[in-house]
Amino acid sequence: MFRFISSRFFQSIPVLLIVITATFFLVRAAPGGPFSAEKSVPPEVVKALEAQYRLDQSIWQQYISYLVDLSRGELGPSFRYPGRTVNELIAAGLPVTAELAFYALLVAIFFGVSAGVYAGLKPNTIHDYLPMSVAMIGICMPSFLIGPLLVLLFGIELEWLPVSGWGSTPGDKILPTLTLGLGYAAFIARLSRGGIIEVMTQDYIRTAKAKGLPSRVIVLKHALRGGLIPVVAFLGPAFAGLLSGSFVVETIFQIPGLGRFYVQAAFNRDYTMILGTTVFFAALIVLFNLLSDIIAVWLNPKLRQQYRSNK
Amino acid sequence: MSEPTRYSKDYLGHSLLATDKGTSLWTDGWGRLKNNTLAIVSLGVLCCFCFVALFTPIIAPYGYEEQNLLLGAVPPSLDHWLGTDIFGRDMLTRIMYGSRISLAVGFLASAVAVFIGVLWGSIAGYFGGRTDIFMMRLVDILYALPFMIFIVLLMVVFGRSMLLLFLAIGAVEWLTMARIVRGQVLALKQQEFIEAAISLGLSHWVVIYRHLIPNILTPVIVYTTLTIPSVMLLEAFLSFLGLGIQPPESSWGLLISYGVETMEEYPWLIFFPGLFLSITLFALNFLGDGLRDALDPRASKD
Repeated sequence: MFRFISSRFFQSIPVLLIVITATFFLVRAAPGGPFSAEKSVPPEVVKALEAQYRLDQSIWQQYISYLVDLSRGELGPSFRYPGRTVNELIAAGLPVTAELAFYALLVAIFFGVSAGVYAGLKPNTIHDYLPMSVAMIGICMPSFLIGPLLVLLFGIELEWLPVSGWGSTPGDKILPTLTLGLGYAAFIARLSRGGIIEVMTQDYIRTAKAKGLPSRVIVLKHALRGGLIPVVAFLGPAFAGLLSGSFVVETIFQIPGLGRFYVQAAFNRDYTMILGTTVFFAALIVLFNLLSDIIAVWLNPKLRQQYRSNK
Repeated sequence: MSEPTRYSKDYLGHSLLATDKGTSLWTDGWGRLKNNTLAIVSLGVLCCFCFVALFTPIIAPYGYEEQNLLLGAVPPSLDHWLGTDIFGRDMLTRIMYGSRISLAVGFLASAVAVFIGVLWGSIAGYFGGRTDIFMMRLVDILYALPFMIFIVLLMVVFGRSMLLLFLAIGAVEWLTMARIVRGQVLALKQQEFIEAAISLGLSHWVVIYRHLIPNILTPVIVYTTLTIPSVMLLEAFLSFLGLGIQPPESSWGLLISYGVETMEEYPWLIFFPGLFLSITLFALNFLGDGLRDALDPRASKD
């Protein structure tokens, strides 16, 4: 197990390096310098600015010093918000986005797994078709459509919930969480349905039934563990989706999180901010892929055995 | 899927005795697809949408930029079936023009993705060995990248052109296709007809495109149908954020983002573009699932 974890860990280092390098040169290849718009600025000031942002060095020097800074966890100053570093901006936005993504993931897992298991236990009956049709709607309706429709229904028509903000009025976290989580709930429902159907035909489930175990124990203790492996494998990629989903959800609900910062940075051409957040996102995604791989191996006795015998 | 019933019929109830002639994969597949009502309805809907999109300039009830500021935003009526926006522009017309871009991006970007994926996967699978390891390792690495973020980055750096949108989305969506194709090619390569082709002295390229690719068309077609909706979603997602299609062009995603701004007063402005986008995505997904069941019954288990 340790060996598996360490080898997967070392595999992810080149991935990160590629992301950093590609992003760095892409951003530098962008037409026009960051200060070219401000024509009225005297040349000395531009020079000073360029020196401050190290733009006067050659691109390779810039790249090397960026890597050096990065290894110390420094993402550099922001182009658009003078006096603020990218680190500070990320630190301000991250807790909000992390909380949003966490709740959304909880919603997705809770609704997804319960609907999927419910459907998978009675495949090809009305108990299967009904939740699965709802899930299909969830998959086909993008979050930027679900969100406004939820706002229209619960925020404006029924006036039950606030329509924007995060943590300022009670209940304002519900709609963003649902908007981000429901699409993933639908995916997870499909995955766990397939997993449960597959597992329920296995011999060990038949043994458990023959032993006379109550069906509740069979499902919760024996079937879930095997049936949820595809779901766990999906969680890594889902996390990446949650991050990009937060772009939309935070824009719709005006939440001051990382996703909104990223979109604004993209509009403002705040190159250091884009570079910094991309690297940060990439590191997060690689980390979560790693975690979901490890959990998948840990859950699956066959894979665990395989890695043990490889030693 | 239905279970095998009587010995004289195959598992879908076609009489085995009735067919004296051999049937091709495609007639077989069509026969199975025909029984899938949802897939056929979806196919019909998609054909309708494509037809409308193609002939929009002729059949659209109003002009694309035709404003009527005195009228303003009105709800659906006999004159304007889907209402008008705040400039008095006919929503049906705008949705029709939007569908041209949404569908074009969906099909063209998928074509880019399919082209790269099939080429990459078949080369990796055919040559095997180090080439294969290197190429597929690269796919693994790319899989781990935060792609949505990368597309946003590309759109920012190189400006928001439509051509770039096609390429960026296509460049992202080919990975799964490459994996599928490689797996198929690996299996096919073992068969005698490929061996025969190679021993006849055909060049690698001819073996790949004359003998390998035609034999993996089924999974490619099935997966392409499932790629189109995810591509359309990506485009709508980017346009919604303002990073995709730029005005005066318009797509369903862009119409939705306009609709959101005024949905409190004029809910039909978000409802109808959203409805058409959802219906299209539904239909493509159902058609893809149906095609998979019909053409590739073994793969439909998972």
